[in-house]
Amino acid sequence: MNKILLFASLFLVSFSVNAQKIYATKNGQIVFNATGGIEKIVAVNNQVDSKFVDATGQIIFGVLIKGFKFENQLMEDHFNENYMESTQFPKADFKGYIKNIKEVDLTKDGNYNINLEGTLTIHGTGQKVATTGVLQVQQGKTAITGEFSVKIKDYGIKGLYIGEKIASEAKIKVNCKYQN
Amino acid sequence: MQKRVAILLCLFVFISTAFLQAQTNQNFDLFAESNANLSPDITTATFKTTRIVNGQSIENVGAGVLDFRILHRFGPLSQGGYNFFGLDQATMRIGLDYGINSRLMIGIGRSTFEKQYDAFVKYRIIRQQSGERNIPFSMSYAGTAIYKSLKDATTNYTPYASDKFSFAHQVLLASKISDYLSVQVTPTLLHYNIVDNATIPNDFYSLGTGLRLRLSKRVNLITEYYHRFNKLTGYDDPLTMGLDIETGGHVFQLNVTNSTGMTERTFINETTGSWSKGDLRFGFTISRVFIVSRPKEFRNNNY
Repeated sequence: MNKILLFASLFLVSFSVNAQKIYATKNGQIVFNATGGIEKIVAVNNQVDSKFVDATGQIIFGVLIKGFKFENQLMEDHFNENYMESTQFPKADFKGYIKNIKEVDLTKDGNYNINLEGTLTIHGTGQKVATTGVLQVQQGKTAITGEFSVKIKDYGIKGLYIGEKIASEAKIKVNCKYQN
Repeated sequence: MQKRVAILLCLFVFISTAFLQAQTNQNFDLFAESNANLSPDITTATFKTTRIVNGQSIENVGAGVLDFRILHRFGPLSQGGYNFFGLDQATMRIGLDYGINSRLMIGIGRSTFEKQYDAFVKYRIIRQQSGERNIPFSMSYAGTAIYKSLKDATTNYTPYASDKFSFAHQVLLASKISDYLSVQVTPTLLHYNIVDNATIPNDFYSLGTGLRLRLSKRVNLITEYYHRFNKLTGYDDPLTMGLDIETGGHVFQLNVTNSTGMTERTFINETTGSWSKGDLRFGFTISRVFIVSRPKEFRNNNY
């Protein structure tokens, strides 16, 4: 009797531990495009830190601003020095929820449309953001892709060329493949 | 007895489950986590460009980037109105610098002054950074070879080709103290393959200093001064002041200097002008960069 109880409780304990699962990656990708004129203003960051919890839909993305690589080193320096002020604001992050996580079956292959809501903090300024994305499950591997744009001025980023050479809205593409 | 044990066990299980769950829930609050993604934060843009004015700065051009630069100096102000305060005259250096990787760069140049060719390598040894490791300064090595192709006065011996060479070895030590202030010191050894007579040494030691002061996001005030420990007589220490102005794709620099040459030998050791006598020259530098080889992030993808 006792043994049964013990096993039952152990089982319960282990079950409760496994009820939630964290999906995480340290090398997700974010690409942004702020081309406003002829000159291509595109940067890529391949060290995106992202995690989400399957039960609650809680999700975060974090990047170091200096991790954005440009084709042109000079442009990268100007991006860090003059626009993002990355010594003062070294990070950008998104903290939010996958609103419809209940509609996603992480054990079944498929592409699920997800709705994300949360706070995007760039240049030390937080803004509420709502966007859509795709959560892909394929042979047990989980990936999230999404695309949205931000108004650069909403984040207190100032500069001579915003609205000219630099588009006033930057397109941001996210692509994260999670380890389970 | 058995009952009591069972109850105790139940209680224990209940508590431990609750505890574990509480703990896991706590662990699962992603927002509370400080996402410790602290890869080393390497300091960039200590100086705005690869030269302070004439001398090498701690900066390199990016990997795969070709930097075409024109350095231009007018004549001395002290020449007065007849020579339009020096603007009638000009001396220049055109050069090409290339970043082999993020640490190593090479460059070649040609100066009109003394018809010199020069070539250099610059290697980043230590990079200022914070995060995993805290290093408060950067260190690089710069080595320059200078070939003076100006025809010398006739001599009673046949000079070797190597006689026209001189060399500079420099250790660059720099620190970006804040976005507003950077400093650099540059211990320098200059070597002449040949000097005028046996009493003059072949090696000269000097210490360069550089300073960057931010005036606005796009304009920085810079100064450069070299103190010579042993001197060729008849020459002055070089002192230069300038403004670095960033305009999108290139850096434009305006400066006032007392040196004519723009290679290490000529500006450190053979500066003829004197600030006190008003032998100052206006000058400017234009730099334009071209991407020769795209960084690996962009090589296979077109975003």
